[in-house]
Amino acid sequence: MFDYSMSELTAIFAMQGFAGLILFSVFLLMALGLAIIFGQMGVINMAHGEFMILGAYVTYLTSNLFAEYAPGLFDGYFFVAIVLAFLASALLGMLVEWSMIRFLYQRPLDTLLATWGLSLVLQQAYRSIFGAREVGVVIPDWLTGSYPVTDIVELPVSGIFVMVLAVGVTLAVALLMFRSRWGCQVRAVVQNRPMAGAVGINTARVDRLTFALGCGIAGIAGSAFTMIGSTGPSSGQLYIVDTFLVVVFGGAASLLGTVASAFGISQAQSTLEFFLGGSMAKVLTLMVVVLILMVRPQGLFALKVRR
Amino acid sequence: MTSRHSRISPPPARGWQRLKALAAGLMLSASAQAAVPATDEVNTTGLAVTDDAVQVGILHSVTGTMAISEAGSVQAEILAIEQINAMGGVLGRQIEYVQEDGASDWPTFAERSRKLLRQDNVAAVFGCWTSASRKAVLPIFEQYNGMLYYPTFYEGLEQSPNVIYTGQEATQQILAGLDWVAREKGAETFYLLGSDYIWPRTSNKIARKHIEDVLGLEVVGEDYFPLGHTQFNSAINRIRLKKPDVIYAIIVGGSNVAFYRQLEAAGIDLTEDDVTLLTISVTEDEILGIGGDNIEGAYAAMKYFQSLDNANNQAFVDAFKARWGEDSVIGDVTQAAYLGPWLWKAAVEKAGSFDVDRVREASIGLELDTAPEGYVRVHENHHLWSRTRIGRAGADGQYQVVHETAELMEPDPFPEGYQ
Repeated sequence: MFDYSMSELTAIFAMQGFAGLILFSVFLLMALGLAIIFGQMGVINMAHGEFMILGAYVTYLTSNLFAEYAPGLFDGYFFVAIVLAFLASALLGMLVEWSMIRFLYQRPLDTLLATWGLSLVLQQAYRSIFGAREVGVVIPDWLTGSYPVTDIVELPVSGIFVMVLAVGVTLAVALLMFRSRWGCQVRAVVQNRPMAGAVGINTARVDRLTFALGCGIAGIAGSAFTMIGSTGPSSGQLYIVDTFLVVVFGGAASLLGTVASAFGISQAQSTLEFFLGGSMAKVLTLMVVVLILMVRPQGLFALKVRR
Repeated sequence: MTSRHSRISPPPARGWQRLKALAAGLMLSASAQAAVPATDEVNTTGLAVTDDAVQVGILHSVTGTMAISEAGSVQAEILAIEQINAMGGVLGRQIEYVQEDGASDWPTFAERSRKLLRQDNVAAVFGCWTSASRKAVLPIFEQYNGMLYYPTFYEGLEQSPNVIYTGQEATQQILAGLDWVAREKGAETFYLLGSDYIWPRTSNKIARKHIEDVLGLEVVGEDYFPLGHTQFNSAINRIRLKKPDVIYAIIVGGSNVAFYRQLEAAGIDLTEDDVTLLTISVTEDEILGIGGDNIEGAYAAMKYFQSLDNANNQAFVDAFKARWGEDSVIGDVTQAAYLGPWLWKAAVEKAGSFDVDRVREASIGLELDTAPEGYVRVHENHHLWSRTRIGRAGADGQYQVVHETAELMEPDPFPEGYQ
C-alpha cells in the first residue's frame, strides 16, 4: 500500500466513506417499512422483500410505458415510478391486512408463518406474470454513471439518489409519526391498545393504515433498488436478512433505533469489507451484532411500553 | 404427490403435428416396420420402452430461485426431443418425456430422480443445473444405474459413470481465457472475485495456480461475497486501490446485476482499455437482467455464444426462436442442454440398444458435428472435447467472438498441479 501518493489514498478513503453512507441509506430504506410494521404492530412480516419487489416490478412497468408512449419524458419516469410503487405496495398491503393479518394479531408465530407463505405465493405470482428470468430495468441516463468530485474521486449518481431518497422518506415518516394526528393515534395504539380504543381511536383502521404505510415504503425501497440490484421473482430474498438484522438490532418500535442500527451495521460492514473482503466482513458484522444482542436483547433503543 | 408436473408430453396446441407425424408414420410403416428392432432386443433391463415409444426424464427447477437459470435448459431439451421425433425418433421410437420439477431444492431433486428411475423407468434423464443438485442425485443415479446428461459448466473434480457432462469443466473455461488475456492484453496483475461457494472458489484456485505457476504473473487480490450480496462499493474501492490489469469475476445470480451496475456507476468503464474484465459466469441469459449497457465491453470465456457464425448454430437459433419466441436468448448452458438428447440419441443408435450399460460404452469417443457450437467429441472421462471462445459483450446483450482456441480443449476434471 506504500506506492500510492497521499492524494490517491485520500481519494480512496473519501470514496470508501461514501460507500459506507450509501450502504447506510440502502439499509435504512429497506428497514424503515419493516420497522414500522414490526415496531408498531408486532407483526413479523416475512413477505417484506416481496413487497419491495412489487415496487421494483412497478418501476419496470412504468419504464416500459414511458419508453413506449412518452419517450420524451423518459428522464423523469423514475419519480412517477416511485409514487406508483408506493401506491401499489400500500394497496396490496392493505388488502393483505384486511384478508389475513387482522385475524392473526396477538399470534406472532402464526403471522410469521402466514407472511412467509404469502412471500412464497407472491414469488410464484411474479414468476407466472413476469417470467422466471430477471428483468432489466432501464435507468434514465442521468441516474447512471458517476459524478466526478475531483480527478480521482468519483461518486456514483445512483448512490447519491438513494441517499437523498432515504433521508427524505425517513424525515417524512418521522413527521408523520410525531407531528400528525394520525401518528399520535398510532403511538397511542402501540402504547396501550385497549385504552386507545376506549378513547375513541379506531384501532382497526390505524392498524390497516400502518401496515399499508410500511408496505408502501417497502415499495419505494424496491423501486430505488432497481438501480443497484436485480429485479427478479426472488430478489426480495436478498434483502430480507439484512432488513431483519437492522430492525432487531435497532430495537423494535423505535425509529431512532432503526436509523442508528442501520448506520452502525453499514459502517462496520463497509469498513470490514474494505479490509477483509466480502464474506469475512459479513461474518464479523453478524458476530458483533449477536454479541451486542446478548448483552442488550431489547436492541439499541427500546421503547418503554406497559405490556 | 408423485406427478405434479409429470407427462407434459407434446403440448395440446401441437396436436396437428402429431397427426401429421402419425400419417407420415402410417405411410412409412410398411418399410419402417422391418427396420425397427424388436423391443426385447433393445431393452433388456426393463426400461420404459415400447414398440413405438421410449420415455426419458427432464429434471430441472421450474419453481424457486433456480427457475431463472434452468428455464432455458428445459426449453432446449424439449426442442431437441421434438426435433429428434420429427426426424423419426430413436431406433424407430418416438421420445416421450416425463418432466419433473426439482423446485430449486436439493432433496426434491433426489426424490424426483428416484421417481424417474424407479417408477417411470426412464431410459435417460436430462437435467440438474447447480452442482448441489447434481451431487444430490448422483448416488441415486449410481445406485439404480441411470444416465444423466448434465448441461452446466462446473468446477470439475467429478467423473461418474452415470453422468455425461455436456458443459465445460473448469480448466477448459479458465485456462484458455487466462492465456488469451495475458497474450492479447499484456495483462500482468489479476484481481479474482467470486460468489462464496464451491464453483467460484475451485475455479479461482485453478486460475491462481495458472496465473502464478504457469504464466508467471501476479494475483493482487482475491475476494468472495455471500450469495445474493448486493453491495459492492467497498469491493470496488479495493479494486481501485490495487489497480489490477484484469478483474476476473465469477459472480453468480442476482449479485451479478448489482456488481455490474455498481461498477459502471463507480466510473469503471469496461469499454476502455485501462482495465479488462473477464468472466466465466455471465451468459447472454444473465445479461438480460444486468442490462447490456452496464456490462458492455466485458469479456467472457465460454464454449458457446448465441452469435456464433456457423450453419449449425444458425439453424439452432432459428428453431429455438420459432419454438420459444422471437425474444428468446440462448446462453452457453442452454446450448449444452440442447446437446444432451442428441448425444443420447447418437449413443443409443451406435449401441443399437437403450440399455444404460451399452449406451455408456457407446458414448465414449462419440462425435457430433451437428452441434451448434461446432464439432464435439465425448472424452473417456465423460466430458466433452470442445473449443473455448472469448466473447466481448455489446450493448445489445450479445457477445461478439474475439478469439477461439485453435484446438479442441481437452476436458480434465482432475487437473494435476491445479488442486
